[in-house]
Amino acid sequence: MLTRFGPPLAVALLSGPILLGLAGTVLPAFGYLPALGGESFSLTPWRALFAQPGIATSFGLSVFAGLCSALVSLAVVMFFVAAWAGTRAFERMQHLVSPLLSVPHAAAAFGLAFLVAPSGLLARLTSPELTGWTRPPDLLIVHDPMGLTMIAGLVVKEIPFLLLVTLAALPQVPLARTRALSASLGYGRIAGFLFGLWPPIYSQIRLAVFAVIAFASSVVDVAAILGPLTPPTLAVRLVEWMNDPELSMRFLASAGAVLQLAASATALLVWVVLERLSAAARDRFAAGGLRFRNDAVLRHAGLWAMSLSALVVAAGLAALAIWSVAGLWQYPDALPRSFSLKTWIATAPRIAEPLTVTLATGLAATVIALGLTLLCLAREDESGRTLGNKALYLIYLPLLVPQAAFLFGLQLLFLLARMDASLPALVFAHLIFVMPYVFLSLSDPWRSFDRRYDAVAAGLGASRRRALAAIRLPMLTRAILTAAAVGFAVSVGLYLPTVLIGAGRLTTITSEAVALASGGNRRVIGVYAFLQMALPALGFLVATAIPALIFRRFRAMRV
Amino acid sequence: MKKTLLAALGLAFASTAAMAAELDPKDWPAVVAEAKGETVYWNAWGGSENINAYIEWAGAELKSRYGVTLVHVKLDDTANAVAKVVAEKAAGKDEGGSVDLIWINGENFASMKRQGLLFSPGWAEDLPNWRYVDIEEKPTIRTDFTIPVEGLESPWGMAKLVFFHDSARTEIPDLPTDARSLLDWAKANPGRFSYPQPPDFIGSSFLKQVLSELVEDPSILLKAVDETTFEQDAAPLFAYLDELHPVMWRSGRAYPQNYPAMKQMLADSEVDIIFAFNPAEASSAIANGELPDTVRSFTFPEGTLSNTHFVAIPYNAASKAGALVTANFLLSPEAQARKQDPKVWGDPTVLAIDKLDEAGRERFAALDLGIATLRPDELGPAIDEPHPSWMERIEAEWKTRYGVAN
Repeated sequence: MLTRFGPPLAVALLSGPILLGLAGTVLPAFGYLPALGGESFSLTPWRALFAQPGIATSFGLSVFAGLCSALVSLAVVMFFVAAWAGTRAFERMQHLVSPLLSVPHAAAAFGLAFLVAPSGLLARLTSPELTGWTRPPDLLIVHDPMGLTMIAGLVVKEIPFLLLVTLAALPQVPLARTRALSASLGYGRIAGFLFGLWPPIYSQIRLAVFAVIAFASSVVDVAAILGPLTPPTLAVRLVEWMNDPELSMRFLASAGAVLQLAASATALLVWVVLERLSAAARDRFAAGGLRFRNDAVLRHAGLWAMSLSALVVAAGLAALAIWSVAGLWQYPDALPRSFSLKTWIATAPRIAEPLTVTLATGLAATVIALGLTLLCLAREDESGRTLGNKALYLIYLPLLVPQAAFLFGLQLLFLLARMDASLPALVFAHLIFVMPYVFLSLSDPWRSFDRRYDAVAAGLGASRRRALAAIRLPMLTRAILTAAAVGFAVSVGLYLPTVLIGAGRLTTITSEAVALASGGNRRVIGVYAFLQMALPALGFLVATAIPALIFRRFRAMRV
Repeated sequence: MKKTLLAALGLAFASTAAMAAELDPKDWPAVVAEAKGETVYWNAWGGSENINAYIEWAGAELKSRYGVTLVHVKLDDTANAVAKVVAEKAAGKDEGGSVDLIWINGENFASMKRQGLLFSPGWAEDLPNWRYVDIEEKPTIRTDFTIPVEGLESPWGMAKLVFFHDSARTEIPDLPTDARSLLDWAKANPGRFSYPQPPDFIGSSFLKQVLSELVEDPSILLKAVDETTFEQDAAPLFAYLDELHPVMWRSGRAYPQNYPAMKQMLADSEVDIIFAFNPAEASSAIANGELPDTVRSFTFPEGTLSNTHFVAIPYNAASKAGALVTANFLLSPEAQARKQDPKVWGDPTVLAIDKLDEAGRERFAALDLGIATLRPDELGPAIDEPHPSWMERIEAEWKTRYGVAN
């Protein structure tokens, strides 16, 4: 049956380009790239790389950003879930935070930049009345040398992601019973949860945390918008080198991409050590009988941090929405002096093409990813084998290997194959990143599907294929569409793959937005950020509306 | 079957290659005929909306007049387009390249010319509209940053370094008149001046302006950098920057990324003096509601940097005929007058007004240059661009000294 080809195809699709891309990066890093005149292996690219001024700082920044973003976002999610899981507040917050997952990183970063800059919205709302600032103070907030603003920008986007994977793991632990037990033993809510439930949850979300570290240590768009400039993070410098007109810089850039791999690996290694240390600390506390009963402060801190992260993203996007219709808006006016649709009208005709590419690429990549995922999952049922942990690592591979490390190589391969800047190449590049997310969001609902329906169908004489088509797929419509919406949102937000594989000819809303960000025109950025946000939101809307329409006559299928 | 198909494909390639080889700008009707139906991928900086809108207008005109489809490939750095051509040459893609036209000047042109990446022989002076070009009064049209152009690129606009300030906030008598007094002003007003981070071309231009003013013997700037004396030659520039950076916006620890970012900073009151390479930038920003109408321009009486920007065609461009038609259209009095209109862009023309016919002269006479734009006779003398090697060398040195300072 067709399904047999599912798993090998998926594995080839996810790991193939990464391995080929890595080869295309590693070989030039050691001087081998005949097309550019590198006929023999040498360490010259490495010497050139280490001779770059500030390279150690860039490396350190990348590692630091990766670790800090993961640490802070995981801590917020952990304390929030520990303190509030199972309560009404938790459910409300969950509905508030989940949509943020679909906000592309770049859009959230623009919003944050305008919010916290000395001439930004926060300062405008409080100046000069509260602060006495008639002019913006000369404070280095955005682009700060330690990258704290960049880390904040990453944290507010990683929190929804980690929360959602935690939510997926939560039903698999006995929450209510453990809560009751630990409470009766006198443990505080947080301590009871962390001692009793967190270890099994963490082991399930561990890969997602790794993905966060790898992403944060190698991100380009957020770092370019919020990160330090003198020097920037390694990933930002890599892209600069890659785009240098000097031929020899390609070798240097490849060595830099390998160094990026090392930076992400370093961050991951440090993280593993931190895991050990914190596990040991937890054991000590638990064995010491510490109950941490008075955790009210921490509980509320968890709730506040969670609300704040959602609020920051929402407020930033709202500010950009105002900018998109602003006339002259000078500091310290809290609102623009005049409003106009000029920017929208001027931008509208220019949006058509990137919008078409965004939609075409996103839909094509999502449909292919969905098809492959269904093949893999159906194969699982047939063979009775779930993908083991090792295969799971492969699914995560595109998320764990820094994009820059293999995309350069992949770009080179596409170029040699004369495939660069074509829509199929772009769809393929997007698929590499869309597939894992689709697989991850669909596999849990698929695996928890009640198999007794299959048994009943078989008992009524339906073939396996018919049971799949008539029973399981319709019943899983909602989950399938949600997975598709997630995949589409991922595709809309992709920056580096679009820029490298699209070669500037195929532009999406996100690549246009980041290019425009360099111009600092907040009005136009506002328009693009709004679209960046609206597209995935539309996807999720469709994912909720269609099942509601289909199942309006089926009471048990309503939510 | 397969073989015949391959043979047919081979023939098709061979014939396009032959056609490309025969393309002769002197036979203009043939160029126009061949351009029809072609798509021109124009790689041009895309960081400014009014420029993007102008390019779009040009695209619409080209489509309706010549059947040429213009696609603006928006770059954040022109070097990226050069890199693309370099990569294609390395990959052996000598035909059907992805870049048809590049907005270019200075070291990018020098680098492409040196590496043989440009469509040659010189074609620009064979364009029908070349007859209007002001080669007498505007010497930078034939020498781009001291490098002879030799018709390898077609002029598109003129640039001159001009400063802007908001007269509602900064009084006129305080305004600097040269790099030295700018430094004094910055010391008196800490945190109120900055320049875009090199290698942004406006930022690098500021460095060249200071270098040109402070260098002991200006004639050395017309030649390639002499490595043995570079340190000594550039010492005044870096001494100047060492003094300037501590009193600059964010104490020189962060920089605006380019001119539009500086424009936003002036609007946000983050800085008080900005500059651009186009005398009409402020008028155009006022017209767009981006700056208040109290913004005014000034230049240095002793002169500021001035140059010409061009369009060039890569040697492997897929649509050379379309690119030639585009370059010629951009030189037309109509396109040039529209470009000089501050409501559209405000970029000064490369044409000599007295060479135009009546209708052309009227187009230019009808332009309202805007409240914040200096008249041509108020712009002050022009300082020539140094040899491109200076820019490269200074940018590298800048990065070592300030690009990594934390």
